[in-house]
Order: sequence, then structure tokens, then C-alpha cells
Amino acid sequence: MTTMNDAAKLSEYVTFTTAGQLFGLPIEGVQDVFKPSRITRVPLAGAEIAGVLNLRGRIVTAVELRCRLGLGRRDDGSVPMAIGIEAKGESFSLLVDAVGEVLKLPDAEREPNPINLDRNLGRVSAGVFRLDGQLLVVLDIDRVLDLSAEAMAA
Amino acid sequence: MDDLLREFLTETNESLNLVDAELVRFEQEPNNGAILGNIFRLVHTIKGTCGFLGLPRLETLTHAAETLMGKFRDGMPVTAAAVTLILSTIDRVKSILDTIEKSEQEPAGDDADLIEQLGSMARDEDAEPAPPSSPPPELVEIEQPDPAQEPDPAQEPETGPAPEKAEKAAAKPEKAERTEDDRSAGDRIASHSIRVNVDTLDHLMTTVSELVLTRNQLLEIVRRHEDSDFKVPLQRLSNVTAELQEGVMKTRMQPIGNAWQKLPRVVRDLCAELGKDIDLSMRGADTELDRQVLDLVKDPLTHLVRNCADHGIEPPAERIAAAKPAKGTIRLSAWHEGGHIIIEIADNGRGLDLARIKAKVIEKGLASEAQIAAKSEAEICNYIFAPGFSTAAQVTSISGRGVGMDVVRNNIEQIGGTVDLKSVPGAGTTFTIKIPLTLAIVSALIVEAGGERFAIPQLAVLELVRAGNNGEHRIERIKDAPVLRLRNKLLPLVPLRDVLRLGECDGANGFVVVTQVGSQVFGVVVDGVFHTEEIVIKPMSSKLRHIPVFSGTTILGDGSVIMIIDPNGVAQTLGRAAAAAARAENAALESRDEDTDEDTVSLLVFRAGSQQPKAVPLSLVTRLEEIDCRKIEISDGRHLVQYRDQLMPLLRIDDATQLKKEGAQPILVFSDHGRSMGLVADEIVDIVEEKLDIEVSSDRPGLLGYAVIKGATTEIVDVGHFLPQAFEDWFRRRDASAARLSRSVLLVDDSPFFRELLTPLIKAAGYRVVTAASAADALAALKSDARFDLIVTDTEMPDMDGFALAEAVRAAPATAGIPIIALAAMVSADAIERGRAVGFHDFVAKFDRAGLVAAIKEQSADLGRAA
Repeated sequence: MTTMNDAAKLSEYVTFTTAGQLFGLPIEGVQDVFKPSRITRVPLAGAEIAGVLNLRGRIVTAVELRCRLGLGRRDDGSVPMAIGIEAKGESFSLLVDAVGEVLKLPDAEREPNPINLDRNLGRVSAGVFRLDGQLLVVLDIDRVLDLSAEAMAA
Repeated sequence: MDDLLREFLTETNESLNLVDAELVRFEQEPNNGAILGNIFRLVHTIKGTCGFLGLPRLETLTHAAETLMGKFRDGMPVTAAAVTLILSTIDRVKSILDTIEKSEQEPAGDDADLIEQLGSMARDEDAEPAPPSSPPPELVEIEQPDPAQEPDPAQEPETGPAPEKAEKAAAKPEKAERTEDDRSAGDRIASHSIRVNVDTLDHLMTTVSELVLTRNQLLEIVRRHEDSDFKVPLQRLSNVTAELQEGVMKTRMQPIGNAWQKLPRVVRDLCAELGKDIDLSMRGADTELDRQVLDLVKDPLTHLVRNCADHGIEPPAERIAAAKPAKGTIRLSAWHEGGHIIIEIADNGRGLDLARIKAKVIEKGLASEAQIAAKSEAEICNYIFAPGFSTAAQVTSISGRGVGMDVVRNNIEQIGGTVDLKSVPGAGTTFTIKIPLTLAIVSALIVEAGGERFAIPQLAVLELVRAGNNGEHRIERIKDAPVLRLRNKLLPLVPLRDVLRLGECDGANGFVVVTQVGSQVFGVVVDGVFHTEEIVIKPMSSKLRHIPVFSGTTILGDGSVIMIIDPNGVAQTLGRAAAAAARAENAALESRDEDTDEDTVSLLVFRAGSQQPKAVPLSLVTRLEEIDCRKIEISDGRHLVQYRDQLMPLLRIDDATQLKKEGAQPILVFSDHGRSMGLVADEIVDIVEEKLDIEVSSDRPGLLGYAVIKGATTEIVDVGHFLPQAFEDWFRRRDASAARLSRSVLLVDDSPFFRELLTPLIKAAGYRVVTAASAADALAALKSDARFDLIVTDTEMPDMDGFALAEAVRAAPATAGIPIIALAAMVSADAIERGRAVGFHDFVAKFDRAGLVAAIKEQSADLGRAA
């Protein structure tokens, strides 16, 4: 897994926190970061779908990361931040608690998921970085957005 | 990919599609030199370009095909085998092209087999090999290459420089240029039209959509500021935007014929495979619709045509045996109707096999035998659209490939369309598809439910009704099902809050959006209605597409996103129960008109006294009420309640029925001539539409007998028994004299239910009653005993109706003088006129019991005087 080439290669991650945990998304997948306003909730949609919103004329589907990770709803009244993502020609935004800085991390240091990682988290995680003082969970955006049967049933 | 190669692929694919259509025409008209010339040139062009691009395999193959085509052009007779050979050559060319498109290289292998056949056919028929003549050089220039990779042949006629006028002129003649050998016209058109990449057009459409949104936003802002300088220029901007929108929409319009292009070939191949002879006729091919819609409707259309050819049209031998022409016909037609386009696919084949559909439905567990028995033919036919349904006994290669009719229906419904079918056994099947002209921008009603706003497409909305406790329209409930009385009809309601699970609605106040989906009309209850707005439909997020009640999203003038309600989806949630209730109500009011199944009666099922369900015909019930127990008074041993400023007696069906001590007491109200009576019930269970067969009759007073309703043995209550109990003079029993008792009435009605219902009524009026279940029975009864004083007959009966019966009665001297009273479901001036002519003495509406008694008395009184 660790070839010479990989060891030298750095990837950039947009970091953010949700429910106290630090996460990272590969920067290539991130379109923008914004404060969501006027989210229209969608009746009958799964709990993960916070709603739809208008971002400069585009309709964006907002996914609540907390629910996606099985961490319950956002009921503490905190104001989320949104990370805009483009996936398969559609616009999504991931609602998170707070957005941090962009980190450059070497690919070689990315470790596979610990075997005892929470099932909900393990499903969407693409590995873990050991940072100073905390761990950063890298999210696989395709899997985060795969709200198919398995995820819905959970 | 190399630009040159890409252009070649686009162009060649277009040409090939045209060749397909042309060849089939050619087979039908082998002497049409113009068609042959076209095909020849197209093949030749492919060949020439292949040589230029260095595609040797393709070049050799097309060369061989061209040689044979050249022979045909020089007068060699065209055989079916030759056409088949050329078609398979073209299929080979297509598969090679596919590989080139993917890998930019010709696939390995050669086409010696085909080339050999092509060559031998050319040699066989003609000794002198005619060299392929060169094509007219200008043709290559006409074929302006499309930079897009879209292999859709239909793109080029889309855009004119001035969308308003030139576009229409351009679209049709350019197509003509390809099918008719009219090169000068082609040249002329070429200079009037340009090709535009589809993506460019789509982008333009998106931009215009944004413009429409922005305009809406501006209008919204100005609406809030009364005296604004912006008002006039904004009005102008608004108009220009509307014009631009219309113009851009027009550039996206394409003739439906583009979607039909492949069908002649499809039908031809099927004919060859199945040994059938089918003529495909197309009408209205130039009817235009949005290319997005066109794309989406292509596959369902192909499937339906395949279906007609495979299942619909019989083999020639079977057709001849059925005294039909050996050649079957599939007729495709398209036309505009309102904001919709209607596409009809009709075959003159054998029609749907109802028995087989029924068997299949039961086998697949889609419905039980009992449910099927209660369904109309049209409903049974519609089962072919059910998922997992395929009637073909053996799976042919044509249909039964897993792409069922359910997919067809889904695809059509996805674009807001509907598909309907009519089938006449032995005469054929007709599919009717109704789809909107465009998907992009629609007019919608903005409504509110549970604090959220939603858009309902205006196309589905019939009218708006304000409902409230104090107003003219009040939302009523039958058990839990909300309904609204609207002009003689009972409209099933579905509160949007319930559908979307947005919390309980208070049920009393709100607006009812009367909506139509197919033939089903229902009311969507919303909390508020704002205004109508031109909305730009944005596709739904893939994560939300599974929710059937939404068809898309849109951005409103104020910038907020709202969901677009899909009336089809709402209709589905409405469920079958409500649909049945609506049908039942229609059946009761219009009473057994031809649309409804003859023998079904809508029944109100309730419980009173025992656990065994009881039922009365819904048509006899005036109202369902819940009365506060404290308001029930007892006077002279009878229960009374003040109801609508009158004292209404409450009756119990039997002694086991107890009035409630507190809370609300459900009662069935029967009214007649300003008087009402209430029948005490424990609980209202349901409204069902059932075929009523009273299987066991009862001697118990107040019971007509027992019938099985929804699987449970149900007591059928004789309302006629209770009415006189409420008011002694309800039927003026005391008028019944001994003389009358000796008089006899012949009651003719095919429905056992009505016979059971009316017999006690007429008896109560003091007559002897003999019943007959059909006109034939009645005539037999008259023959054996002509001394009836009166005949009461239903007008609508199978085989021989009431009119015919009357004529027969009048014709026989022994019975000519007997007065006849007609029981009509609908008393129209027409029917009365007809009735007079055949000799009815009186016409009484079927549910007008008092009217019937009065008529009987009047007729027998006349008789008395005459005697």
C-alpha cells in the first residue's frame, strides 16, 4: 500500500466538525462552503434529508450529516454550516456543525478504519488520520450520499 | 476523439436511421425510384467518407451493399430477401460504428459472409455488372456535420434564425428534403436553417428559465411597492421574457415523426419474424412537441407498437378465419388537444383476452377472484399495466423481455402523462397516450398545507372550492373518509396534510382544490391558496425521487424552493376505497348508467345491536349524523330528537340495539317529503360497492335477507319496514282498501335487490305483487294470467328493456289495456318522449318511492273510474 510515490503525495482536505468529531472531505469534491438559509423541508423524505434550498438559482439538497451518521437530529437550536458538493451532476450540501481549515495531509498517513469503528461511521469513512490531539475521519462522499435501502432502513 | 471522426459518426448515424425508414418504404413501393435514389446516396456517402477516414472494413461492406443497391436502381426487381439482406448489412454497419465510437478503431474481423451474399445476389440477378455511379457532389455538402455527438437524427431541423417564423418553415421542408428526392428544395432550406448543438439549446432553455425566475422575483418585489417607477419597464420586460420563453420553447419543438422513424423497421422485422402481415399507417407525424418529452416517449411508443404487432394482430390465417383482411393494420396518430399532445396507437387485431388477463391476475396474486368478479372490463384491461404482468403465453423475443407495460405506464406518468386503453374483442385495441407539450415551464397553483407551500400544476386543477362550517360547502365525513358535496356529486377528499404527514388538519375549514387525474376526480384539501405562477420545473433530487407525491421542485418569485405536487401520486394515496366511494356515489346518482357495472349497488355498512354487519343501499340514506345523546328525548315511549327544526323519530332496528347513554349517537337519516326518520346505529363501518345477491331471505321483520359483503355475512335492512313505523301515514296505509288488495301489480326488474325493496312497498300500499326478473319472465307471467291491473317495470334491463316490454304488452290484445309505469334511473325528457311512444302511462324515478306509490294509486284509480 505504501509505495515511494504515495509517501510523497499530499492531499488537501476540508475539515469540519459534527457532534464533536473532526471530519475531512477531499477538497476536489467540495464546491463551496456557505451558511444555509431558508431550507425548505421535504415531507415524507428520510430523516437525513434536511430539505432543499436555493443557492444562486440552483436547487440544492441538504443532507444532515448528524442524521446520516446516526447521531440524532439537530435539536439544540445550533445553526449549521453547509458544505456544497457536486455529485453525479446534482448539487448537494452537507449540513455540519462548524467548518475548520483546509489541511494538507500525506496519503501515506491515512490509516484504514479501526475495526471497532461505529457501524454508521464505518459505512461512510474512507480512513482515519492521526492528527495532533485528535483524529480526523475522512468521509467518502459517494457513500455519504448513498441513501439507498441499507441506509434508509437504519 | 478526432473531430473528423466524431463528425463522421454523428452524420453516419443520422443517415443510417433514415435508411432504415426508407428501406421499409422501399419494400412496399419497389418501383419508387426516388426512395431508391435516396438510399443509394446515403450508403454511398458512408462509403466515400469511410475511404477518406481509413476505415477499410466499413468501406468494403458498404461498397458491397452499394453495388447491390445500384442494381436495384438499374431496374433489378427488389425481393423481400434482398431487403432483409440490406437491413442486416446496415445492422452490421451500426455495430461496427458502435465499436468505433467506443474505441476509435474498427473492430477486428471481417464481413465476408455478408459481402458474399450481397455479391451473389447482385451476380444472380444481373449479368452485366453496373458500376456504381457517382453521387451528385452537392449532396455531401448538404450534410452539414453536427459537432455534437448526439446520434439523434432529429436535431438538425430545430433551429431557425428567427425562431418565430423561420423555424416552422424550416423544420418540415428539411425533413421533406430527405424523404423526397428534391435537392433544390434542400439547398434552399439549408441556407435558411442552421444546425445547433442540443446542449446549446438546452443551455438556452435553462437560461431562459432563470430569466423567468428573475422576472417573477422582480414582479414580486414590485407588487409590494405600489408606486414604483419600475412598474412600466418591468411590465415590458415581463412581456419580452414571455416572448423569449415561447421562442426558445419553439426551437425545442420537434415533430413526433422523429420518434416514429424507427417504427416501420420494427414492424417490418416483427412481421418477418412472426409470419404476420402488418401495415403501419402514421398520421399527424408533423405534430410537434418538446424534444425532452419526445425523447422520453420514444421507448414507450416503440414498446406499445411492438405489443400491438406481437399480441394484437393475429396471424393471417386466423384473420381470414375471422373474416378480416389478412393484412393487419396498426394506426399511429398524433394531434394537439389543449396543452397536451394525444398519441393514439390502434390495431385492428384480436383485442385483449379478458379471460386470460383475469386468470393471470389471479395467478399472480394481483387480485382475488372475488375482487376480479366485481371489476368492470376496463378495470380488468388496466391490469396489463400492473407490475410483473405479461399475458403472452410464451415469451417471444419481441415482447416479454422484462420490459413490461408497467414500465411503459411509469415512463409516461413520469412526464405527467397518462395512458389509457380500450379493447374490443375481435376488433382491436387502442392505446391513448396524453402527454404535456413541454416539461420545462408550467402554470401552477401555489397552496399552503401545514405551514409549507407547495405547487400544484394548473393542468390538473378543475376548480377551487372554499370549504368551511359556515359556508355553502362543508367537509363531511363518512367514518374517517372526508367528502364534499359538490353539485350533486360526492367528491372524495384527501387532505394534503395527511398525505404529507404534516400533522392533523382541523378538517372543517380550508380550500378544496378539485383535481382530475385520468377519469378520477377528487379534492385536495389545503390550508390556503395563494396565487398562480409560471414555475420552472427543476428535476427532483435523486434522493427524493422515490416520494411519489412530488414531481419536482421549483424556485418561487421570492427565491424560496418549494415542492411540486404530483396529482398522480396524490391520487394513488387516495386509495381504492375513496375511488370506489366516488364511483358508488356516481352510480347512485346517475344510477346505473352504462359506465357503471350493471349489478353493483353502493351499500352503507354499519353495526347495530349485534356484531353482525348490516347494510342499506347508500342511495336511500339521506345523511349520516352524529347526535349528542343529551338531545335525545323520550316521548310516549318513542325516541325523538330535534333535527333541522323538526322532531325526528329515532328507530331501533331491533331491541338489542341500545341508544348510547353519553357522547355522540350515530344515526342514519332517511328523508322523504320533508319528513325525516333516524335509524340508530352503533357504528358506521364502511361504504362498499358490491354486487348484491340476497342469498338467504329472512322472515324477520325489517330484514330483507342476508348477503355476503366484503367476505362477511351481512344483514340487508329493509328500510321500507321502518318508515311506516316512524310515521304511520308514511305510505298512507289506511288508504289500503279491500278493493285494492284484490288488485295485482306485476313488478319487473332485473335486480333482485330492487324487487325485494319495492315489493313490500307496493304491498304496503295495498296491492298483490307478482315479480318478474326479466321482460321475458314478465311476458310469460302475462300469458299465463293476464289479469294484472298494473305493470311496474324497470326501463333498463339486459336483453329486452322496459321499452321493448311495453311494446310487446301493447301489441298483444289481451294485455294492451294494462297501464304500465316505468321505473327509470334517469328521467330525461327524451326517455319520457320515448316512453309515451311505446305506451308508458307514467314515469317514476327509481328511488322516488312515494312517487311510485302515488303513480300506482293514480293509475289504478283511473282504472277504477274506467271500469
